[in-house]
Amino acid sequence: MTETGIGAPVRRTEDKRFITGKGRYTDDINVPHQTYASFVLSPHAHATINGIDTKAAEAAPGIVAVFTGKDVAEAGIGGLICGWMIHNKDGSEMASGAHPALANDKVRYVGDHVAMVIGETLEQARAGAELIEVDYGVLDANVETGKAKDKSAPQIHDAAPGNAVYEWAIGDEAAVDAAFEAADHVTSLDIVNNRLVPNAMEPRAAIGDFDAGTGDFTLHTTSQNPHVARLILSAFIGLAPENKLRVIAPDVGGGFGSKIFVYAEETLCVWAAGKIERPIKWTSSRADAFLNDAHGRDHETRAELALDKNGKMLGLRVKTVANLGAYLSTFSSSVPTYLYATLLSGQYNLPAIFCEVDAVYTNTAPVDAYRGAGRPEACYVIERIVETAARELNLDPVELRRRNFVAEFPHETPVIMTYDIGDFGASLDKALDLADYDGFGKRKAASEANGKLRGIGFSTYIEACGIAPSAAVGSLGAGVGLWESAEIRVNPTGNVEVLTGSHSHGQGHETTFAQFTADRLGIPMDQVSIVHGDTDKVQFGMGTYGSRSGAVGMSAMSNAIDKVIAKATKLAAHLMEASEGDIVFENGSFSVKGTDKSLAFGEVSLAAYVAHNMPEGMEPGLKEGAFFDPANFTFPAGCHICEVEIDPETGTTEIANWVAVDDFGTIINPMIVEGQVHGGIAQGVGQALVEGAVYDKESGQLLTGSFMDYCMPRADNLPSFKLGFTETVCPSNPVGVKGCGEAGAIASPAAVMNAVTDALGVKDVPMPASPATVWQAIQSSTKQAAE
Amino acid sequence: MYEFDYHRASSVADAAGALGKADDGSLIAGGQTLLPTMKMRLASPSDLVDIGFLEELKGISVEGGGVKIGAATTHAEVAGSSDVASNIPALAALAGGIGDPHVRHMGTIGGSVANNDPAADYPAACLALGATINTDKRSIAADDFFTGLFETALQEGEIITSVTFPGADKAAYMKFANPASRYAMVGVFVAQTGDGVRVAVTGAGEDGVFRVADMESALGGDFSSGAISGVSVSSDGLASDIHAGSEYRAHLIGVMARRAVDAANG
Ligand SMILES: Cc1cc2nc3c(=O)[nH]c(=O)nc-3n(C[C@H](O)[C@H](O)[C@H](O)COP(=O)(O)OP(=O)(O)OC[C@H]3O[C@@H](n4cnc5c(N)ncnc54)[C@H](O)[C@@H]3O)c2cc1C
Repeated sequence: MTETGIGAPVRRTEDKRFITGKGRYTDDINVPHQTYASFVLSPHAHATINGIDTKAAEAAPGIVAVFTGKDVAEAGIGGLICGWMIHNKDGSEMASGAHPALANDKVRYVGDHVAMVIGETLEQARAGAELIEVDYGVLDANVETGKAKDKSAPQIHDAAPGNAVYEWAIGDEAAVDAAFEAADHVTSLDIVNNRLVPNAMEPRAAIGDFDAGTGDFTLHTTSQNPHVARLILSAFIGLAPENKLRVIAPDVGGGFGSKIFVYAEETLCVWAAGKIERPIKWTSSRADAFLNDAHGRDHETRAELALDKNGKMLGLRVKTVANLGAYLSTFSSSVPTYLYATLLSGQYNLPAIFCEVDAVYTNTAPVDAYRGAGRPEACYVIERIVETAARELNLDPVELRRRNFVAEFPHETPVIMTYDIGDFGASLDKALDLADYDGFGKRKAASEANGKLRGIGFSTYIEACGIAPSAAVGSLGAGVGLWESAEIRVNPTGNVEVLTGSHSHGQGHETTFAQFTADRLGIPMDQVSIVHGDTDKVQFGMGTYGSRSGAVGMSAMSNAIDKVIAKATKLAAHLMEASEGDIVFENGSFSVKGTDKSLAFGEVSLAAYVAHNMPEGMEPGLKEGAFFDPANFTFPAGCHICEVEIDPETGTTEIANWVAVDDFGTIINPMIVEGQVHGGIAQGVGQALVEGAVYDKESGQLLTGSFMDYCMPRADNLPSFKLGFTETVCPSNPVGVKGCGEAGAIASPAAVMNAVTDALGVKDVPMPASPATVWQAIQSSTKQAAE
Repeated sequence: MYEFDYHRASSVADAAGALGKADDGSLIAGGQTLLPTMKMRLASPSDLVDIGFLEELKGISVEGGGVKIGAATTHAEVAGSSDVASNIPALAALAGGIGDPHVRHMGTIGGSVANNDPAADYPAACLALGATINTDKRSIAADDFFTGLFETALQEGEIITSVTFPGADKAAYMKFANPASRYAMVGVFVAQTGDGVRVAVTGAGEDGVFRVADMESALGGDFSSGAISGVSVSSDGLASDIHAGSEYRAHLIGVMARRAVDAANG
């Protein structure tokens, strides 16, 4: 391994510009003659719009234009779409209410978009927006997941009677029923996966531009997948043909899923730019981000696990109600179905699983993929119930897991996944060692002597990354394929541009991808540039989410690099008058076996561009592309162990120790991978201990609408993590990688809550386990014990 | 933010004059409370009169066993002051626990006391130590100053110039922070002085900072945490929100008071 080769902890080359304020984010960009947009947002959770008076706003100083839902409807602009069709148990299609970019007849959540006001300055646009008078007819609202289907719940979309989006199921119900009949023990658990606000550091932003001379539109936006955004804006919403719409996602400051989706604001900035023939800029405030960025999670679940007397798992039955909010966001429907229930087998040999999911509309912000997307919810169900079962059976939770681990691969689960490879025992062993499990009893006694409660919790997680085989997801309802593309452009002087459809918004692709390419081509890393995020530069790409950029994006690069090397090898053979079979490519140079003849990579690339001496039939130039469509998902897995210490007087939970041992397959840059694990754990701990979006049950107002009330995890909420790795090389892609971006967020909530419930000796504590909630749990259990 | 006129005052008298002339003027010191509300368009003063730069409002002096702190003195200056640390260490510690470094380097004691946020820290210190709030017109005892949620005895246009804190034999502040905002969810300041013991609670009261008479009398006889282990605080009149119910707050007052007494006893 060289200093920058595959496996080296190379420092992130992009960080210099980010930490010195030289990043170029959408809001840093200004276009001549730019105007500013401000949106009128619904103050009500549910109301009819009886009329909108825009006169005063239109007459206000500096107002360029005002648009309402009527204008958008009259222009024939399509609504925002959901790109994944889920079928009900009876085979019928899911119900989906229209989602106009600006509301027409009705608003359905606090923050719903009602009007767009465009001003010469931002202040003028905002002042104008305040002059818009909307006549609302306030309706009853429901924000509660569990109440959406009640007869008394208000009807949110006519197209979805009873607020039911779908009633979906996966698995074999009869086999599960039989398993439960044969069971010696059944553990059941009712749990809630709390709603989260994504809170990327950079709020969303957009600049829509229209060139009246050429008829071309340009959109600068905070997107994780600019090509997908263009496809949706073009083919589904109908703003402009793809060849007339350029989408640029420059530096993007975090997404966590929330910037996958196509929202009202960027749609309207593009459309309205065409109307006023001037650029329009919009930047979300933090307050608007709380209201309108698609939220995550929000499941209510009842799970039952059937076991025999030896602790062997026989069957799992799960019923989940998933809150999708007031409208179906871009990929929302897939999250509580194919990204969730397909992972319910965990690391276990579970012969039978049946999972039903009811997705519902409520008067809340749309819910869609958020770091982990479905998989954290699945991990939470299976890892919480396994730990609970162990306690009920008086078995060590480690032992119960071991008895049920999948040990042979490939392994087909009852929920359509085929685990290609793994070694679950190895990561568990290593984690136990790092966590000093044997010393836990001593530490617990020491805590008790200090009046503290200590608990330990495990999470042996598995997830599916590298989404995804296009035909497979197509058969499950996806509107797109999930391959990735790459192009390797070798310049005459031998340096390289890598064009990728992946998009970096914090992941460090500029480093990892350059490291990978440089290693494969044997050239210095600084001779590789990564180009991404612009539909005019990169041909097409599916973007970055679902920990897919390594497994799918880099695999496309790998295949394109293979093609470059193949062509260069042919050319080198020709130049050195050797047979192709005698050429060895190593450390950036082509040599002829058994001779001292060799040519450097740059010499061959120059020859390819000078083209004075090409082999018969070979085109000049050295540039190759590849589309990589994965054969399977990848399956990162591992073991997280969390130890907590709780102050029973105040209910404060402190994380005393954290061990994570992950199997991510081949690791390109361990420093970046560790960073991803750290961030993922921080988000998972956030969900478990501090984060939670709360709507007022009566008014439907978002009570956690700022950082004063929505608690983000901070450094002092977290311990120093002890990380370890095990490695089974992924057989499903040429790089051997599995993906690491979400594992931390997937594994950690269950580990924390298993530890908290262990410390308290209770079955469940709702997330976030805030001091008040933990104190309440202690009060209830002491009261119960007394009774 | 709406438009406003900005005046940088040259003296307290100049500030009072500018404020008097303004339509709907407001003083600004550190801006840590006022500016966020203006940015959220929840406040729209016609004029801002900036007193944050006035030398006459800055600085800390030792008076008796206590300290006098100029209104425009920042939290960081109080936290870092050796005069405060040696005379009333609990006050320096309190100031060092407000917000984050940015807030502490901008926010001022005058702004904090004038604002009387029910979750702010300084009001507890003022009440427990029996401070006096000095204005350009008069001096007001802390007991009379904090009159309700964001309400004080200040009259229209009245400017706080300093706060005088008498010394204490023993004092400590224990703050249980709101996990999100890190303001006090319950903060208890206990102080033992020649005049007796005072226990002031911030963060918990529906009407802002208040004193706990039962604890004060118990501690007056025996300044130990054991003396108040049997004193329970009623949840009536305590705040209840998504972060903490009133019963939990009542319970925390007991816990924080006992810990404060233990800390004060060193
Ligand atoms: C992120 C954050 C965290 C915070 N955390 C805490 C915390 O943990 N604990 C805590 O106690 N506080 C906290 N604060 C509030 C902080 O302490 C503020 O600085 C303080 O409340 C106001 O002081 P200021 O100088 O910034 O006042 P300004 O914002 O300038 O003014 C506030 C109000 O006081 C008035 N005013 C200012 N000076 C005077 C004066 N001399 N006479 C009369 N009226 C005056 C102004 O007119 C205005 O109405 C936090 C603030 C922020 C932004």
